[in-house]
Amino acid sequence: MIINHPILGPRDSAEFTYMGDAALLDRPDWQAKDALLQFVDYGYLRDNPAGPHIELWYHEQGDRSFLVVTRDTTTHQISSVKLASDVARGRGRSK
Amino acid sequence: MHNLSATTALGGTEPRTEQRGPITLNEEPGYALASVAARKGGERATVLAIQRIIGAAAPKPNHAAGNTVTAFWTGPEQWMLEAPYDSHETLFAMARAEVKGKASITEQTSGWCRFDLRGVGLGAVLERLCPINMTKFQPGDATRTSIDHLGCFVICRALDHISILGPRSSAASLHHGLLTSMRSAY
Amino acid sequence: MSQINRLGGGQIDRTKTLDFKFDGKSYQGHDGDTLASALLANNVRLMGRSFKYHRPRGVLTAGSEEPNAIMELRDGARQEPNTRATTAELFGGLTAKSQNKMGSLRFDFMAINDRFSNFLTAGFYYKTFMWPAAFWEKVYEPIIRKAAGLGSISFEDDPDDYDRGFLHCDLLIIGAGPSGLAAALTAGRAGAQVILADEDYTMGGRLNSERFSLVDQSGADWAAKTVAELTSLPNVRVMARTTILGAFDHGIYGALERVSDHLAVPEVGKPRQILWRIYSKRSLLCAGATERPIAFENNDRPGIMLAGAMRSYANRWAVTAAHNVAIFTNNDDGHKTAADLHAAGVSIAAVVDIRQDAPLSEEYEVIAGGQVVNSNGRLGLTSIEVSLPDGNTRALPCGALGMSGGWNPNIHLTSHHRGHPVWNEKIAAFCPPDNGPAGLSVAGAALGNFTTAEALASGACQANAILKDLGIKQNKVVLPLAEDAPANMTPFWYVKGCSRAWLDQQNDVTVKDVKLSHQENFISVEHLKRYTTLGMGTDQGKTSNMGGLAIMAELTGKTIPEVGTTIFRPPYTPTAIGAFAGRDRGTDFRPTRKTPSHTWAEEQGAVFVEVGMWLRAQWFPQAGETHWRQSVDREVLATRNSVGICDVTTLGKIDVQGADAATFLNKIYCNGFAKLLVGKTRYGLMLREDGIAMDDGTAARLAEDHFVVTTTTANAVSVFRHMEFARQCLWPDLDVQLISTTEAWAQYAVAGPNARKLLKKVVDPEFDLSNDAFSIYGLRQYHCVRWTKSAFV
Repeated sequence: MIINHPILGPRDSAEFTYMGDAALLDRPDWQAKDALLQFVDYGYLRDNPAGPHIELWYHEQGDRSFLVVTRDTTTHQISSVKLASDVARGRGRSK
Repeated sequence: MHNLSATTALGGTEPRTEQRGPITLNEEPGYALASVAARKGGERATVLAIQRIIGAAAPKPNHAAGNTVTAFWTGPEQWMLEAPYDSHETLFAMARAEVKGKASITEQTSGWCRFDLRGVGLGAVLERLCPINMTKFQPGDATRTSIDHLGCFVICRALDHISILGPRSSAASLHHGLLTSMRSAY
Repeated sequence: MSQINRLGGGQIDRTKTLDFKFDGKSYQGHDGDTLASALLANNVRLMGRSFKYHRPRGVLTAGSEEPNAIMELRDGARQEPNTRATTAELFGGLTAKSQNKMGSLRFDFMAINDRFSNFLTAGFYYKTFMWPAAFWEKVYEPIIRKAAGLGSISFEDDPDDYDRGFLHCDLLIIGAGPSGLAAALTAGRAGAQVILADEDYTMGGRLNSERFSLVDQSGADWAAKTVAELTSLPNVRVMARTTILGAFDHGIYGALERVSDHLAVPEVGKPRQILWRIYSKRSLLCAGATERPIAFENNDRPGIMLAGAMRSYANRWAVTAAHNVAIFTNNDDGHKTAADLHAAGVSIAAVVDIRQDAPLSEEYEVIAGGQVVNSNGRLGLTSIEVSLPDGNTRALPCGALGMSGGWNPNIHLTSHHRGHPVWNEKIAAFCPPDNGPAGLSVAGAALGNFTTAEALASGACQANAILKDLGIKQNKVVLPLAEDAPANMTPFWYVKGCSRAWLDQQNDVTVKDVKLSHQENFISVEHLKRYTTLGMGTDQGKTSNMGGLAIMAELTGKTIPEVGTTIFRPPYTPTAIGAFAGRDRGTDFRPTRKTPSHTWAEEQGAVFVEVGMWLRAQWFPQAGETHWRQSVDREVLATRNSVGICDVTTLGKIDVQGADAATFLNKIYCNGFAKLLVGKTRYGLMLREDGIAMDDGTAARLAEDHFVVTTTTANAVSVFRHMEFARQCLWPDLDVQLISTTEAWAQYAVAGPNARKLLKKVVDPEFDLSNDAFSIYGLRQYHCVRWTKSAFV
């Protein structure tokens, strides 16, 4: 597969490490009342869709960027690639 | 101080040289390295500091720049500085002084082993190593990619001169991979 | 008496004679021959035995689709089973052995199976080996294992090297026949980066196999001239002996280049084969077409082959399988073979054409409306039986028979992303689907354009369409004049009433087996394939599938497109596992990491242990020590009583800097670091989100905004990955920078009551190593050396 890196352009997926569902970005607030339940969900439950899947790819053999890649699991068609730090900020993550 | 003798990444006291067809492969131990990572809010200052250090604009992604002291892009807001060790043993300290706290500097000398390939027809060697498009890899281009499972920096110095920087502990494996490609190609 | 079947002309180099051996007997061929053409030249028609019934078999085709003539090539460690004689290039000293026989090829004891064919039908195993259950492991399985498989392996390590590589192009052209060459010329002259790959060692495809494909020049000459021009263009890479194995995601293709298979032994340092990964913007499939056989009783005897292959042997390799040849056809193309062979001086027994309106010839007999209903000859064809339109049967002596049942486009790669082929009634064949791999176009015979003129035009036209898409200025190439006669055809799959008529010669699947499959309700094509093994094996049914589908269609009262077809997956042709492994085998399977003291440790005779990719000195045996405990005990006591050193560079080291460095470490370790004093080190425990320990190490504070953390050897990579994840994905606005310095710093543990004394010997006197100045968990930096003092080792 080819992943169109937002900074570096098209790169072979072999340079990346697959990190799974991008839901990993949404780490729960550890002080929330139902933190335990939220962390169980965060730690162990993943969707396994046949179709578009938002996932994390780590450019481990490249520039070490984490990318959020939207990939159709049935066709491997990639519809969007973004820097994970940008996506994380967009989802309200900061410090 | 003490009678210490330096060894190269390949374990010898002299750098190794190999020749196959039109291509030479040299172990290049004589370079000081320091990485530069901009701090939050210090991005602009870091770019300017690098410009002062290398005497050229800080290289953009996929690029290298500079003359005696050179820099290549290694990641978002990150660069590696490279200079001859004999004249720039204190590259790390010099860079730290120049960035004035706006960037984090890390000593990397000897953390990476460097091999230089020289000769006409390097494409045939490189295309057996990594997925770089050699028809478009021009002087000043630099990138990091996977070579025999090792994350390596590949820098085009001239059309007939390419440097490959790999993790020092795997220098022998990388050297073996480069030689295998030279033999396969020529 | 050598090469009695050699004809005049051809594209072989008669000045170079090559000696080779088949089943221990010596023969001669010429440069340019394949093993199959050289054997035919020497009148060897019997080349193997079939899988199940051990029937005598000869060559069926002249290409990679060959089901029968598969052999063991070479000797010793280089012995390779199931090699197709039709694609193996002849070289001096080549040795080949027939396979799948017990005894000699002429007298195979296992041929007894043929007598029991009534029992050995489809599903035989499933029905027979059901009981008693206890028999399975002890009796049935060993017998089946002995009988199964085709060739044998040497059980020695493959002595050859396999390489891999990466190529980029605007346009990958798959196949260098008329359409591929026309496309390459069009795109190459336009300046596009082109890769032209062909599995054959001589490019040109069918142009090399025809006498009159071009009007005013020979097809082979035009192909050679075109290849020479393409080779001279810097933007075109011409890759002969290169098979495109599969279409993968996003324009990536796998290509196997056989660098040294045509040599006795690879040149020193050179790989045997290279597996290329080709990154293409666009690709064009010009893979041509494969001829279909016709099923009739005993249609598998040596000497019975595809008519187009016969023509290739005659025109390209100047060889005929026999000097008296018959043709059985349902289309005009079969007649071309008769004409070419006749012109080469081979006598034509007759052309048997199923069509009443078959074109007639003044040179030889044409039996219009006839059918070949049986064949004779124990180890090779001696005669055929022809049913005449008037209902009579006539015996026709002949040493070879060419069959032509029409042609199937080679659409395999278009199915590699699960695209389903589309039926084309005009040529009665499956054509490329609309939903093939993105970026892949098809031209020439692979698209159903069967005449040379159509193929040339379609190659150029598709190439121009691709150039337009790529934004490259199009280019009008003047193509040579070429034959354009449509090969009229009447679909005809099998002779009615036949039973032991072979569809899949490699897996011994007959018309009877397909009928049995239908009778037992395995009527879906996927079930049919698995129940009968139709289309399996090294040829993957390239010549056999269509016949099976047509019969199933008839039995179920459906049309062929309604029955459908199985689809194709990579690799296009059999590929050695070694090629996929490439360099990744033995000690090259993964990189080796060595510590800074490795060379020294080697000199001391250290015994090394693999820790992840690292080689670590485990103990240092001294003279007289015979057991590792002696060495280890001595080292432990020396450390306890005095001092010991250990290279612990393998531990991961990560430089953590930034205004928020301490905050960051607080978040990723379960203990706190914000209050750690500068110049001090603290043990840290890292947990997963579910509280399970992930890693541990120390963090040393070099400055308010600067830490160095260590990780365990095994987790260095995953901890760094985790920290980068935390930095980029969880807290993207923290001011923290991470750099791995595992490789940049050598690390030694110095332990024992004399540790301080030893350090004093290495460290200059102005540096205070006293307990007050350098206390537990203390840290000092001195030039390029950092010292930490810790209690755990």
